[in-house]
Amino acid sequence: MDRAEVETRIRSLIAPFNKKGADIADATTFAGDLEFDSLTVMDFVAAIEDEFDIIISMNQQAEIENFGQLVDAVCKLSDK
Amino acid sequence: MTGDLFSKFDDIIALRQSLLAGGGEDPFSLVMEKVLSPTRAICNGRDTILLGTYNYMGMTFDPDVIQAGKDALDNYGAGTTGSRVLNGTYQGHKECEEALKEFYGMDHAMVFSTGYQANLGIISTVAGKGDYIVLDIDSHASIWDGCALGNAEVVPFKHNDIDAMEKRLKRIPEGAGKLVVLEGVYSMLGDIAPLKEMIAVAKANGAMVLVDEAHSMGFIGEHGRGVAEAQGVLEDVDFVIGTFSKSVGTVGGFCVSNHPKFEVLRLVCRPYVFTASLPPSVVATAATSIRKLMHGGEKRAHLWENSRTLHGGLKQLGFQLGTDAPQSAIIAVIMPDLQKGAAMWEALLKEGLYVNLARPPATPANMTLLRCSLCAEHSAEQVQTILGMFERAGKAVGII
Ligand SMILES: Cc1ncc(COP(=O)(O)O)c(C=O)c1O
Repeated sequence: MDRAEVETRIRSLIAPFNKKGADIADATTFAGDLEFDSLTVMDFVAAIEDEFDIIISMNQQAEIENFGQLVDAVCKLSDK
Repeated sequence: MTGDLFSKFDDIIALRQSLLAGGGEDPFSLVMEKVLSPTRAICNGRDTILLGTYNYMGMTFDPDVIQAGKDALDNYGAGTTGSRVLNGTYQGHKECEEALKEFYGMDHAMVFSTGYQANLGIISTVAGKGDYIVLDIDSHASIWDGCALGNAEVVPFKHNDIDAMEKRLKRIPEGAGKLVVLEGVYSMLGDIAPLKEMIAVAKANGAMVLVDEAHSMGFIGEHGRGVAEAQGVLEDVDFVIGTFSKSVGTVGGFCVSNHPKFEVLRLVCRPYVFTASLPPSVVATAATSIRKLMHGGEKRAHLWENSRTLHGGLKQLGFQLGTDAPQSAIIAVIMPDLQKGAAMWEALLKEGLYVNLARPPATPANMTLLRCSLCAEHSAEQVQTILGMFERAGKAVGII
């Protein structure tokens, strides 16, 4: 799966969680720009895990702060 | 200039001040001036019914338990001044572990200084680097801290969601070790886990299973062994974690297991090794209490009766509760928000009733809860008095 496809699919998964309709770029942060709280993070991560059939452990989540990092991590995880 | 490391707490300090600005009593600095029985105390000068102490079986004032503690104080002194693996294992610690083995019908028992440390120690030691811990998102802080202390990959799933758990187990890379961590009773809402189904899924996917039965010991299941016993799956649980700070009525924690190599944990589990063991009086009260709990059938029946009466009564009054039916000895009353919750808590205290105020972030879905935990020593009459207090306070605060 190429990066562009992963990005498109994650964009559509974010939509229902992006309550304020903020613009999303690689540098958009989840905690800061999108104001995700811990419950939103859990639901959002679960949606991504199900879409790509992967696990993003809490340890890995700790390294993912913005949209670009998430796309990269998903690319790497779904490549395995 | 040095930066103030405390500035990160400013939001919490502000929230607390805004709550207290109303002139109310501080829900988090209550003092029990005198304790009259498992169900009554003098709190802030008032005679108060205790409905938030997790003293489920009322063992704190059991005469045999108290006598055992006094004898141990006389015979063994006030404390051990040492680790379990050095000079801190007395006859009483071994007897306490024997009592636990008998209580659960298991081969091994390890007593820790608290239940918090039992979770910390077992989880961080059993699941190592490269292993996966799959746990319920509503797990107790001690379980989360056990995950944080260790080096395993941590994978949470939605509360009590069997499918979500199964999907995650199936995605774990082949060959990795797996530990599923569940609780029998979840203490925030007082709901129980579908352990039978969840443990079957865990085993089918090659995982070991740890169940924290802190809030079910002594009360749920035919012998009071917990939710796993009640659902007929205790045999399939690899590690049961428990505490002496609830039904047992003192302080301490433990893990029981049938794993043939269990005893090695005494050497490698840091929260077991690097802390002093429980005082002789504490393990003596715990052992006596555990043995009495084996024969607590009648008390268990009365506690269930209390739980059903309080749940039904509160529901009828129009309160919103954490579960549709009573599933444990915890009844959680859901408050509309933190302000109203604090006001209701204070109104109840002025009526002479102590309940537990729980608020975010400790609560699921950011709820504010008044948690009621019943005791087998609450009389049927006290439960009716409690319902009257809830009715008056609820109307005064405008919740019902
Ligand atoms: C589910 C659960 N596990 C563990 C503990 C910790 O027990 P202890 O009070 O013995 O540290 C508690 C209670 O606080 C609990 O609710």
